[in-house]
Amino acid sequence: MIKTYAEINQKIAAGKAVVLTAEEVIDYVDKRGLEAAAKEVDVVTTATFGPMCSSGCFLNFGHSTPKMRISEAWINDVSAYCGVAAVDVYMGATQLRHNDPANMYYPGEFRYGGGHVIEDLVAGKKLQLFGLSYGTDDYPRREIRTLFDINDLNQAIMVNPRNCYQNYNVAINTSDKRIHTYLGILKARMRNMTYSSAGQLSPLLNDPFYETIGVGTSIWLAGARGMVYAQGTQHCSLVERGADGVPVEGAGTLALTGNMKEMLPEFVRGASFKGYGVSLALGVGIPIPILNPEILRRTTVRDRDIMACVIDYSVDYPEKTGKVLARYNYEQLRSGEVELDGKKVPVTSLSSYNKALRICDLLKAEIEGGRFLLSEPSQRLPLNQGMKPLNITGPAR
Amino acid sequence: MITKKIYLYFPKSETEKPIVYRLVKEFDLIVNIFRAKVTPEEEGYLSLEVTGSQENIDQAYAFLGGFDVVIQAGSKSVRWDEGRCAQCGACVVHCPTQALSIVDRKTRAIAFCEDNCVECLACVAACPFGACSSAF
Repeated sequence: MIKTYAEINQKIAAGKAVVLTAEEVIDYVDKRGLEAAAKEVDVVTTATFGPMCSSGCFLNFGHSTPKMRISEAWINDVSAYCGVAAVDVYMGATQLRHNDPANMYYPGEFRYGGGHVIEDLVAGKKLQLFGLSYGTDDYPRREIRTLFDINDLNQAIMVNPRNCYQNYNVAINTSDKRIHTYLGILKARMRNMTYSSAGQLSPLLNDPFYETIGVGTSIWLAGARGMVYAQGTQHCSLVERGADGVPVEGAGTLALTGNMKEMLPEFVRGASFKGYGVSLALGVGIPIPILNPEILRRTTVRDRDIMACVIDYSVDYPEKTGKVLARYNYEQLRSGEVELDGKKVPVTSLSSYNKALRICDLLKAEIEGGRFLLSEPSQRLPLNQGMKPLNITGPAR
Repeated sequence: MITKKIYLYFPKSETEKPIVYRLVKEFDLIVNIFRAKVTPEEEGYLSLEVTGSQENIDQAYAFLGGFDVVIQAGSKSVRWDEGRCAQCGACVVHCPTQALSIVDRKTRAIAFCEDNCVECLACVAACPFGACSSAF
């Protein structure tokens, strides 16, 4: 039994597609059997919601009178990158606000930054643009200060170089001091653990060999119709894989883009990590077309089949020793407590399973209603790609 | 006997007065203070729970009304904004009294039970989304 993208899209357009979420499909295949289910099910919806630092957006302001070639800009006091064209800027999610004391008074609070600017834009709030320039013959204006919201912009296009990590580390702290990380606050002497993955709902864990998710795949990016535009940065598919090819560490990543004017504020949220910095939490949904039974079987992956590595963020992560303290599956992690070295350790998540479930359902409803068609990737993501370190070379200074 | 949560704001003019002492002495109230703070501007904040008869509590409110004190009755000074909560659960391990907890294992929904809150403020630091905030 083999289905094509065109056949599935015809069914979607006719409102007849059978769509299940990545959670529902598990029991469905158990009951119906793989072959029968593969005939019946057309699409499985996957999703994730969590902090994704490597995110940002291109904004085009249009031209003022007289014109200005903006060379430095701040939006709500957060610096935007202006090395593009006259009135194009890029706002990165982890950019701090001007004069933020950062960790000067440790641990810093990082209450507002690029991620929050992006949240406020999507929420339709008024923001302040402050821009400077050196002035040219064709762009004489040298300073601008004005209020704007997303509707005043010509384009607001989210362009995220790395989202949707296939799997991720579980963080712990073995030192005798509390530490502050992008995986949250880690108490001293292994008194808590944190992870960040949607597990059995997560897009790339449901398609571990990138058979359907590739460059050109249509996605649901915070409610907007987006797409995968490239392999994500640090895409590293050549890693240890467990049962059924599911990686036990980071592995694959996706570069995503979508129109911010179509996004839902609930799924675009600035995040402040005490002692670490700011970021952006994003909701992403990706449909997986059930082209054959093998693709369907991979979408039935369960939390208990997916392993993750516990890394000590006080020593082994910063020093890159590669040491793994333990491995647990997501069923164990989600239970809220695991045992490590004879000690019970509470576990919490930075990724929201609740919101990921909601996204699976929202995307399912769009596909069932014939409003979301699938697209065949134009390029597959690399399957046997490693990751280079940054070696420090050249003369010592 | 009933128990009421209140938090009070004292402007500088009132911070010298022994108001809590008089709540206990004159109105026979059992006072359980969660937290108190005097700011660098010498204003004061006080979050407490009072237990006593309805009559005594009503009289105590009237007594407090005689000062230049802002009374916030009926709630603690820690707030959880459901709309801002991203339902991730990062707070759960930092909350010592399970005031913040996962209330539905299946959908992993988080909820705040104000009665359990002791205003330690651990959640304010742990929440990346600013869902937990303190009035002072």
